[in-house]
This record gives sequence, structure tokens and C-alpha cells, in this order.
Amino acid sequence: MATKVHMEALSPTMEEGQVVKWLKAEGDAVKNGDILAEIETDKATMELVARGDGTLRTILLTEGGTAPVGEVIAVIAGADEDISDLVGAGAKSKSDKESGDSGEAPSAPSNESDPGSAETVEAPAAAPAADGSRVKASPLARRLAEDAGVDLGSLEGSGPGGRIVKRDVEAARDAAPSTAAPAASGAPAPRPWSDAGAAEGHDEVKVSQMRKTIARRLTESLAPVPHFFLTMDVDMGRVVDARKRVNALVEGSGDKVSFNDFVLKATAAALARHPECNAAWHGDHIKRFHHVHMGVAVAVDDGLITPVVKHADRKGLVQISREVKEMAGRAREKKLKPDEYTGATFSVSNLGMFGIHEFTAIINPPEAGILAVGGVEDTPVAVDGQVVIRPRMRVTMSCDHRVIDGAQGSRFLRTLKAMLEEPAAILV
Amino acid sequence: MAEMTYREALNQALREEMERDPDVFLMGEEVAEYDGAYKVSKGLLDAFGDRRVVDSPIAELGFAGLGVGAAMAGLKPVIEFMTFNFSILALDQVINHAAKIRYMSGGQIPCPIVFRGPNGAALQLSAQHSQACETYYVHAPGVKVVTPATPADAKGLLKAAIRDPDPVAFMEGELLYNMKGDVPDDDDFVIPLGVADVKQEGDDVTILTHGKTVHVALQAARKLEKDGVSAEVVDLRTIRPLDVETILASVRKTNRAVYLEEGWSFAGVGAQIVSLVQEEAFDWLDAPVVRVTQADVPMPYAKNLEQLAKPSAERVVAACNRVLYR
Repeated sequence: MATKVHMEALSPTMEEGQVVKWLKAEGDAVKNGDILAEIETDKATMELVARGDGTLRTILLTEGGTAPVGEVIAVIAGADEDISDLVGAGAKSKSDKESGDSGEAPSAPSNESDPGSAETVEAPAAAPAADGSRVKASPLARRLAEDAGVDLGSLEGSGPGGRIVKRDVEAARDAAPSTAAPAASGAPAPRPWSDAGAAEGHDEVKVSQMRKTIARRLTESLAPVPHFFLTMDVDMGRVVDARKRVNALVEGSGDKVSFNDFVLKATAAALARHPECNAAWHGDHIKRFHHVHMGVAVAVDDGLITPVVKHADRKGLVQISREVKEMAGRAREKKLKPDEYTGATFSVSNLGMFGIHEFTAIINPPEAGILAVGGVEDTPVAVDGQVVIRPRMRVTMSCDHRVIDGAQGSRFLRTLKAMLEEPAAILV
Repeated sequence: MAEMTYREALNQALREEMERDPDVFLMGEEVAEYDGAYKVSKGLLDAFGDRRVVDSPIAELGFAGLGVGAAMAGLKPVIEFMTFNFSILALDQVINHAAKIRYMSGGQIPCPIVFRGPNGAALQLSAQHSQACETYYVHAPGVKVVTPATPADAKGLLKAAIRDPDPVAFMEGELLYNMKGDVPDDDDFVIPLGVADVKQEGDDVTILTHGKTVHVALQAARKLEKDGVSAEVVDLRTIRPLDVETILASVRKTNRAVYLEEGWSFAGVGAQIVSLVQEEAFDWLDAPVVRVTQADVPMPYAKNLEQLAKPSAERVVAACNRVLYR
């Protein structure tokens, strides 16, 4: 019995995937559950597992090749089984061929038997559960999940036998809207110097899955979301002191708390006091969340991603610091799981380490706000009529005006400022 | 509107159609001198005479065949079966002749005939006299099948059935004859065949049914309402032709459906509807479609067992809760 290997939806928003590496070669014996390939999705590099036993008879998509979700990219079958029909179906739907992209090496082997004979209609593969088992979901739940970009594999079904039903998807959709990267960041990569002469020219950088998602999501954000921006200066003197004292307390444990951890903690605490800013626009209603899940923008080689510190308002500084470090590390390796980068209710993007004084960030829908944080800089300011040098930090909050009005955003920022200027206020 | 019983509504429909069209006549066991076993034809012999209201011998296959022949010859017979249980004797005339003759004559010989009478169980009539026979009729193409649940539907649909150019099995209910309801007093109140009726609107679950069990569905809907569940009750009214759009629209709205019918589940009407729903509304379903039917046994005579065998409002509520995951 032959098993078609489909490009599977390995992230909630994945529409196509790129084969980074085949871990099995044609002719290798494979068992159900074996890792066949590493696939780059729009978010991360994920493992594609075999869903049948046999021999990996043919690979239809070479390394570096891209295929839409649902497409057959390889066939597992018995060593002597006739798979010409399956190969025909796979080759027929090759997107590379359809798009006529001559720059790509053709990745489908030619099928000499009769390429036109197979008219098999391919259904997209069902999303696998986190543990790789089959996801049980009602047809309606599947459709809703697809529309909402919810990964069924990450849900627990409340129906009989763990079936995921409408209410489960709705709950997940409301609690964990899909996210992608906010905030413009990073300098463009310098064009490699070529000594080939003074001729004009350019390098073509292949647009990765992540880059495509950043492009699409952020365009989708800025156009329909009416942004406005509120900027405030914060005196960081007491955070500087507090940070020293906290780090002295945890010295030797390997933990070290950053300014940004303080910003995250204070922002989460301020959001808990201002639920009107911890909210999302839903057309006919606004959702004000009971939980504070902080998205933290992390730059990675090819773009950025926002791992989520869940319930950040209830976590201590060290816990927040550890989670951010740990998830940022895995983000750079593209090893984040979908439920680790979805579900934020608000985000923070900090470019202080690049010497950025202030900037504005683009909201990551359906969140209603994002805080763009500049560096802590010694700045001359007037205090009681005297010019003194103080460590200052400038923050700019981008607000979705459908959800947050100027006065509401300002009150939130005032609370945030008060908490950073007197960290004890966070404890109140 | 005028309030009347289901029986009176049928009587009015027969009377009006016989006045309207001299080709319409009624034939069956005891329809004339005795006014009908259930008094549906009360007064019709006096009004129309014995050439148009005809007592037949106890021979279903024979008088059904006479009716089919008369219809082929241009008349519009209404054949009363004392109950549809007895019509099984006459199925050859219905399935092999009435349903086929237009097709086999290349459209030259229509067969405008109505077979009518009570269908399904009443109370303690035991296994042979308590059967819901609609599945025998809906299976073959060529016969229309109508199952009115209210006096208004009984009148409007019977008038449409008599005027229809094709054979119609018109299935009433012994327990419905005394049921009262408002009937529009239009001069000519006709309900087209093939149009379902939403008997109660709701948002959470769709109860689909036909015939007598419409009232069981409404009872279940009232019970569910007390639990905060809003059930929609869709009465097919006509099984063939089937109002596919109304069924699908309701299921797409509520995302879940229960089929309720008097008959057995195996290859029942509900099986057909489940097939339709899963084929055409699969992506709208949040739960498998569940059926509530008679138990898969011959109808018991004992009162307590008969109650257990019949579909009940409680079982409908339980089925709705199941598809609602409650």
C-alpha cells in the first residue's frame, strides 16, 4: 500500500513549505513516524514525519524546492510496487512547473510511463496533533480552524474521544489569535563586495517563508488597522538601581535580568490594570482579555518572530528573563512550536541594543497595541530647575484606534511610567 | 383562519377538489355508505353520488389497479387505503404501474392518482397495523410522497396532490385526525408539493422530521428551551420531491441535526437525509447527524413496550444533547 507524502501544514499560517533537507534518501526503508525531512515553514523549521511504512521510492521535491500545503512531495511504497500513477499525480501539480520558474532546477523526476494518466485529486493532509497522532475534529471545527489560522494539533478537544468541536476552536481563536512578527527591525544585510569590476549589478536574495509572512502580515496590519502613536520619556534611574540589586540577589544562579525584562514585567503589570489596552478588535465587539500574554519581538537571521511569555503579569522577573532567553534561543534555531509564538495579547519590541533612541512599531493583529522601546541613555534633563544627567528611555506605543483611544493609551503609559520610575509600584 | 380538525380539513379538500373537477372521484373500503372508516369522506356520497364516491371490496390490489387504469384513461382517482399497512398488498400497482407508466409510454400516458390513508402507528394495534410505510413508497422514482402534520398542511397539500399530474402517496395519521388547528379560509388554499416548513425557528440544533412526529419534535423543542437550547424544527411535509435547500440552510445555521421519524432506522427516510446532509453540508457539521426512530423490532402490542419502541420527546432531547455535546 503506497503512502503519499504530502507537504503538511506545520504551522497555523503555513501555505507553502520549503524542503531544507531530506533526512532519508530514495531507496531508504522508512517506518511510520520516521523523520523524512526538515521543512521550513513561514515560522520555523519543522520535521515532516512518515505516515506509512515501506521504502522511500521517490522524492518529488528537491532540497530548496517549495510546494503548497497538500502537494505530494514524495512517495513511500513497497520496493517493487508500481507507483507510476502516484508519481504522475505529484508531478502534475508541481507549482514550480506551473509558475514556469526556470531559475529553479526541476525537482520532479520525469515520469516516462504516462504522465497524463493519473487524475487523482489530492486532499490536503490533516494537521497532525502535537504528538503526531491523528487529529479528531468535526468538519465544522476544521473549517473554522482553517479560517482562523488555528492549529488543530495544538488544541485539546472537548467532544467525545477528544474530538475538537466548534467551541474548542472558537475558544482558541479568541484566546490565541495567530501572530506574526511585529515591528520593523534590523539593518539590511550588506551586499557582498565583489571585485568583479565596476559593472552595475545586484544579488537576488531568495524570499524565505518567514520573509513572505512578515511582508504579508505587516502589510495587512498597517493598511486596515488605524494606527496612532504615543511617545513618553521614562526616567530609568530606579530601574538601574533595582536591576543591580536584583542581579546581586541572583548572582551565581546563572540568571541575569535585563532592562527589557523590567520593561516586560512593568508593561504586563500595567496592562493588568488597564484591560482596555489588553484587548482585540473583533468587528462587532472588542475582546478584553483576562490574561496578559506578552509577545516579545526577537530578531532572527532571516527576520523576526515574537515568542510569547504567557501570564507575564503573574510571573517574576527571573522567570520572565529565563523564558525570554530560552525561547529567543530556540527562535534563532527556528525550533519554536506554534503555541509558543501565538496567542499574545500585547507585544514589546526593543531596539535599544542597536542604539535606537526611539522608533515606532507596527501592530501585530489582532493585538491592539505594541510598545516600541528605545535604549537607556544618559540624557541631560531639567530637575527642579537644574540640568542633571539622568538615565532616560523613550517608549512609543502604537495603538489600534478602533480599540484604544488617545486618553486610554495615555493613562496606560502613565501607569507604565510610574511603575518603571518606582518599581515598587509593580508590587502594589 | 378557521379552526378545524385534521379530518375536517381533509374532507374540505376532497369536497372542494370534487366540486372543482368532475374527473376527481373517491374509491376505497367503506368510503361511501359508512362515510369512511375514519369519517374523512363524511357527506361526500350525498353530495356527489355513488358514481364518484365508490365502495370497493376488501381487495387492495384490485381497487388500486382500477384506480391506476382510470387515471391512465384520464380520470383523477383518489384511492383510500383504510391504512397504509394494507397498501402493501397493492404495492405492485403503485410501484410497477402507476410509478412507471409515464416513463414507459414515453410521456404519452400520465397517471394522476392519489393513494391516501392513515400511516404509522396509533395505539396498541400491534405489529401488522402499526407500520410507517413511507420508505416503501419513497424508494422508487415516480411516486411523490406527502406527509402532512397539521390540519392546514393536510388541506393545502391534499388539494395539491389531487391536482398533481403524477401518482402521489398521501400519508395521514390516525392519531392526527382529531387534532385541531387553524386552516386558512382562502377560496383556494393550496400548498405546493416539495416545500418544507420550518415549524419552529431555532439556532442551536435542527430537528428534521416529517408527518406525525412533527408534534414530538415540537414537544422536544419545548423541553430543550427550558434548558436554554434553541431548537429548530423542520417539517419536510413532502419527502419526494425533497426540499433540499430548506434542510441544508437550517443545518448550515445550527451546525447540527437530528432526524426523527416514526419508522425503522434501517434504510429509513432519515438515512437518506443524513446522506444528503453529510454530502452537501459536511463543512458545516460540528457533530455527526443522529437519528431517532422506532426501535428495530416489530411494534409490540403491550402498552409499555409500545411506548418504549416508539420515538419519544425524551429520546429526541437526548439526541439533541448528544449532538450539542451537552
